[in-house]
Amino acid sequence: METSIDLKVMDGIIDRYETKSSAVIAILQAIQEKWRYIPREAFPKLASRLGLSEAQIYSVATFYDNFSLEPKGKYVIKICDGTACHVRKSIPILERLRGELGLSRIKVTTDDLLFTVETVSCLGACGLAPVLTVNEKAHPAMTPDKASILLAKLREEEHNVA
Amino acid sequence: MSLKTRDDLTQLRLKCRDVVKAGGKRILVCAGSSCMSCGAEDVFDAFTKALGEKGVACSLEFELEGDRRAVGVRKSGCLGLCELGVLVRVDPVGYLYTCVKPEDCAEIVEKTIVGGEFIDRLAYSKGGLLCRCQDEIPFYSRQTHLTLKNCGHIDPASILEFISVGGYSSLEKALFEMAPDDIVQDISRSILRGRGGGGFPTGKKWEQVRRQKAEKKYIVCNGDEGDPGAFMDCSLMVGDPHLMLEGMIIAGRACGSDEGYIYVRAEYPLAVTRLRRAVEQAEELGILGKNILGSGFNFRININRGAGAFVCGEGSALTASIEGKRGMPRVKPPRTVEHGLFNMPTVLNNVETFATVPIIIGDGVDAFLKHGTAKSPGTKNFSLTGNIENTGLIEVPMGTTLRQIVYDIGGGMRGGATFKAVQIGGPSGACLTEEHLDLPLDFDSLTRIGAMIGSGGMVVTDDNACMVELARFFMNFTQNESCGKCIPCREGTRRMLEILERVVAGEGREGDVELLLELADTVTHTSLCGLGKSAANPVVSTIRSFRSEYDAHIRDKRCPAGACQKLKRYSIDPVACKGCSKCSRVCPVGAISGKIKLPFAIDGTKCVKCGACVAACPFKAVLAA
Repeated sequence: METSIDLKVMDGIIDRYETKSSAVIAILQAIQEKWRYIPREAFPKLASRLGLSEAQIYSVATFYDNFSLEPKGKYVIKICDGTACHVRKSIPILERLRGELGLSRIKVTTDDLLFTVETVSCLGACGLAPVLTVNEKAHPAMTPDKASILLAKLREEEHNVA
Repeated sequence: MSLKTRDDLTQLRLKCRDVVKAGGKRILVCAGSSCMSCGAEDVFDAFTKALGEKGVACSLEFELEGDRRAVGVRKSGCLGLCELGVLVRVDPVGYLYTCVKPEDCAEIVEKTIVGGEFIDRLAYSKGGLLCRCQDEIPFYSRQTHLTLKNCGHIDPASILEFISVGGYSSLEKALFEMAPDDIVQDISRSILRGRGGGGFPTGKKWEQVRRQKAEKKYIVCNGDEGDPGAFMDCSLMVGDPHLMLEGMIIAGRACGSDEGYIYVRAEYPLAVTRLRRAVEQAEELGILGKNILGSGFNFRININRGAGAFVCGEGSALTASIEGKRGMPRVKPPRTVEHGLFNMPTVLNNVETFATVPIIIGDGVDAFLKHGTAKSPGTKNFSLTGNIENTGLIEVPMGTTLRQIVYDIGGGMRGGATFKAVQIGGPSGACLTEEHLDLPLDFDSLTRIGAMIGSGGMVVTDDNACMVELARFFMNFTQNESCGKCIPCREGTRRMLEILERVVAGEGREGDVELLLELADTVTHTSLCGLGKSAANPVVSTIRSFRSEYDAHIRDKRCPAGACQKLKRYSIDPVACKGCSKCSRVCPVGAISGKIKLPFAIDGTKCVKCGACVAACPFKAVLAA
């Protein structure tokens, strides 16, 4: 992850879109793809480029669930809590992961910025519920134990890289 | 390659058909969302590797020129029987293999592709019935595939394969043989009703947009399939994207619009990729863009990604979101057909509705009317999930009964459990119970009993599911997704959720059910948009059908299904307990005590019902009731 925000890079991202107000969601999505959250610097930058107020952009960024104003972990784990996953017991998986990582409903990202744990309403893979995703890669038919093993594997990978 | 005239497309189609006819065997690996998460990608790679090792020529995409005997290996759209992924279909014989792993691929290549044999080990087999071909499996033989006709049979990433099976021939007909009024009339006569849930007559909508004089009109496709437990539209967008594009272009022609938008849910990245690719291909061939096939008609399509707001499935919220605003609904009228996207007349239909349009135009209205019921003709896609044997994607004629869906197609309850209810229509829907099993499902029959088809999510539950908890689950969802613009929805859903949380935690009070019904009435009748108006449905329907469960929670502090954690009572079976002390060591509140090698006991007054002891006990001696 890049920690410092290079405004030139941000300008480059904005350049890919038409600078009109209806493009704001697509641009915010592109910014989030780059930094994994919407950095504070994005608001004045977008405001001047799109001719909107910072408040207008903030209102959009805070309305949609997908936008995060806080940095997210390197591994974003999303536990599906759609109906199908819910009736096949997705919550114990969520609790196990939160327990092992010391996270909660409020605190979703570990201090070392490695893991973010959140729920998602439906990933559309209901046939193999319960499902979770790690950075968009889906893992079907999960159990709390399988989730623990997965977490250990991710930690090991991280350890090997470092 | 760009097609300048209708004849160019016809010639291309003939060429594509020749390639298919002359072509050799084909391996179709299901790349629906479920199979993808089971490793369809690895299976696909294993096939190409296995073919290579056997020295069999293989082709990975549809080519007009090239080795015609090469074995085609393709990633197909959702084959539907998601439970048994990864699914692999072998054409032209139509064999279907289930639960295929990468290590099976070499055997399939050797025996089936080279040797022409069937491998029984990988067949669908249930209750002594072994099926070789897809069509023999009861799950499929009892369905009627119209919008799903290509799904799983062609490579959705190839416009040429779509054209080879007759794709874009309905568009040809609409452009060259029909006047815009004829198209609207056909859609009206087909009584096609909006498949997104509302069931509004599509023809009427188109007519209203058609007759308005405006410099700009829009065609918008709602691909914001937000209902948890529903993935039909996702499967269509991923599995046969050109079919809905064709429907949108026909709509543009019929209503006098030259621009369309597809709004796709953020959680469906694969659908976005597939649609973008499909739009690019159609543009390259001149099926989208200026002067389509020389007809003088122009149409272009933009793709917008949602950003995670359920309310954007509502028409006016969706158009606001495309405009780059907060996705909040507005007061109607004016309706979307008058003041829609950028304040212009707009046709807004969902994915399945647009996908049905080419079928009506192509096969003719009369053929379409033969399916389904008189007032709801055609078919409906459902995603069948929950505790049922065959989870998956299905398409059945309107008017099919719940019993046929659950038992004949779904294969009955998983592990022989007892059927309890089907939750249909997600957070806007209701629970159907035993008494509704023989009800023919269509828009009107469901409305009559206070339910709705919704987008078509069907979650089957057995007697281990607590209906109060299910109502709480949906209310929690709706409350989270309420945009906060109108008070009945914003505050009403919050208060209802508080009551439901109280009830499942064993703190329900006498009168809570009445209070819930009163709030439900207010929220239903005074909310601004469909999200609020239908938010109380799961609560009202579970109270109606399962009142005794609510009473048990409130009066007896007991969950009849044994599902509510806070209402569980834990005890240790003194016979099974070996006195190992594992449970007392994991208990976070010190509620378990005893002497080593003697039975332990749980102090109910200290127990917080976390269930840690159950997980820790190696002898299954901790009982929950």
